[in-house]
Amino acid sequence: MDQFLQQVVNGLSLGSIYALIALGYTMVYGIIKLINFAHGDIYMLGAYIGFAVVTIGGLGFFPALIIAMVLCAVIGIVTERIAYKPLRNSPRITLLITAIGVSFFMEYIMVYFVGANVRAFPDVLPKTQYRLGSIVINLQQIVIILTTIALMVLLQFIVHKTKIGKAMRAVSADRDAAELMGVKVDRTISATFAIGSALAGAGGVLVGIFYNSINPLMGMMPGLKAFVAAVFGGIGIIPGAMIGGVSIGVIETMVSGYGSSMYKDAVVFAILILVLIFKPSGLLGKNTREKV
Amino acid sequence: MDLKQQRRRNTVITLVLALGSLVIIQALIMAKVIRSYQMVTISTICINIILAAGLNLVTGFTGQFSLGHAGFMAIGAYACAIFTLRDGSLVSFALGVIAGAVLAAICGILIGIPTLRLKGDYLAIATLGFAEIIRIFAQNLTITGGAAGLSNIPKFTNWPMLWAFTVITLLLIVAFIHSSHGRACIAIREDEIAAESMGINTTKYKVMAFAIGAFFAGIGGALYASTFYILKPTTFGFMKSIDILMVVVLGGMGSMTGTVIAAAVLAIITMLLQSFSELRMVLYAVMLVAIMLFRPQGLMGDRELGVPEFLKKRLKKAPKAE
Repeated sequence: MDQFLQQVVNGLSLGSIYALIALGYTMVYGIIKLINFAHGDIYMLGAYIGFAVVTIGGLGFFPALIIAMVLCAVIGIVTERIAYKPLRNSPRITLLITAIGVSFFMEYIMVYFVGANVRAFPDVLPKTQYRLGSIVINLQQIVIILTTIALMVLLQFIVHKTKIGKAMRAVSADRDAAELMGVKVDRTISATFAIGSALAGAGGVLVGIFYNSINPLMGMMPGLKAFVAAVFGGIGIIPGAMIGGVSIGVIETMVSGYGSSMYKDAVVFAILILVLIFKPSGLLGKNTREKV
Repeated sequence: MDLKQQRRRNTVITLVLALGSLVIIQALIMAKVIRSYQMVTISTICINIILAAGLNLVTGFTGQFSLGHAGFMAIGAYACAIFTLRDGSLVSFALGVIAGAVLAAICGILIGIPTLRLKGDYLAIATLGFAEIIRIFAQNLTITGGAAGLSNIPKFTNWPMLWAFTVITLLLIVAFIHSSHGRACIAIREDEIAAESMGINTTKYKVMAFAIGAFFAGIGGALYASTFYILKPTTFGFMKSIDILMVVVLGGMGSMTGTVIAAAVLAIITMLLQSFSELRMVLYAVMLVAIMLFRPQGLMGDRELGVPEFLKKRLKKAPKAE
């Protein structure tokens, strides 16, 4: 039982990072129906920006988090403008291939500039451990979970209480109608990319703390898993991404804890396939009919 | 000139061109102009043509976007390697190729039946997921050598054999596309709902195309194993699927000649950029995005290049002059 609770705690901190990335996937998918493969690499860039701020800038955790979020937001907007905007009316396959291209571009431009080797993320937080009964919780885990919760609350506030959030919901419901009502579609899409990428950037800094190591190809696998999380919760639905992310994190830790860590990735993909087959709209999704 | 005559003539011209390439390259190999270094590129071209032709049938002609081709390739590669490592005779190689292709096709059917109900990007992700699962199993099973993979696989492939496999693959896939099954596949690509309402069993044809694509991916994988001695699970990751997809996209989805040209172009670019491997990936990525932005239909679109095509245009003009 203690081991189980310990795994839950570990799973929650990993899961909240997945949830942060999954939010960006789900928001972008909700608004332009694009699986933004490059999203996992924005998260990698976030980790590197955090790394640079801490080692070169000599700043602490919070400045690193905020600078990474701001820069990632800018990168997100620029990518959208250059690569995705010209293709807005193209077939979705074209857009998907472009996203794969952007993803590889980010990965290998980083390999080219900083090298493919793994770097150790500096310890920005004291290694304090708290004991609750027999469960050990690190300060890192607490910070990760609290940051994630704060960001999610902020996101919910932006989406539901602000004007830009209203515009985002309108464009995702019906882009043409929103445009006719005077919503500035381009600006709204940029804002979506900015918010999604900022969350991924935050996820990157947090994962640097969680795993202590970063490399230019680190975005690929968590990116895919976050996408699985987004699909699991119902793609396009913000609470779905949160639930999905946390569930995938917990499931993954459980598989490594009780089964074999070698197969943890396979289990995540098996879940994806099962969800796609039995309930493609995800946990919180509604069924939609295709019209001719 | 009626259609039958024209088709016969096309076939003759294609065969002459294909035989020409066989003889010329064999002569260059014998004259030692092409050495083992260049031979690697030529083998890569042949294997990529086989892999991409299968993927083009699935993605270009049937319109089902698959990101998991490397998974089927892995099945073929490991099957062939396991067979040939056991006794190392030519018979075991033949059995390995057949076993690899058939196993890949069976997996294609098993994966295809549930996932092909999905559309567009969902299908892409599901196939990607399956390919990752196959890779993870290859990485953890003892029969596939675990993370270290398999090495010292006996080499059976040579230029005439690779040539024969490539040509036969292309002929079979083109023949399939021109059959009524192939037309049903193209109809599904054009408009799935319309095709269904015309009485085409869309699931059946999608699974069929998927299984054929997987079959040839299995063959391509088997040839890969035999050509390059070593198999590692990491070879068959997401990256490999993208490599194959890149050939199809650059050549033009729905153009077999495009696939052949693109496979050659990409392999030659790779060879030239050998010493800058990181830059090669950046260039690859930029190319992929640039093609999508400026020429999403690829080099050839869905047209086929060839002498016959050229002649047809001339022939169409001729009656007007009379």
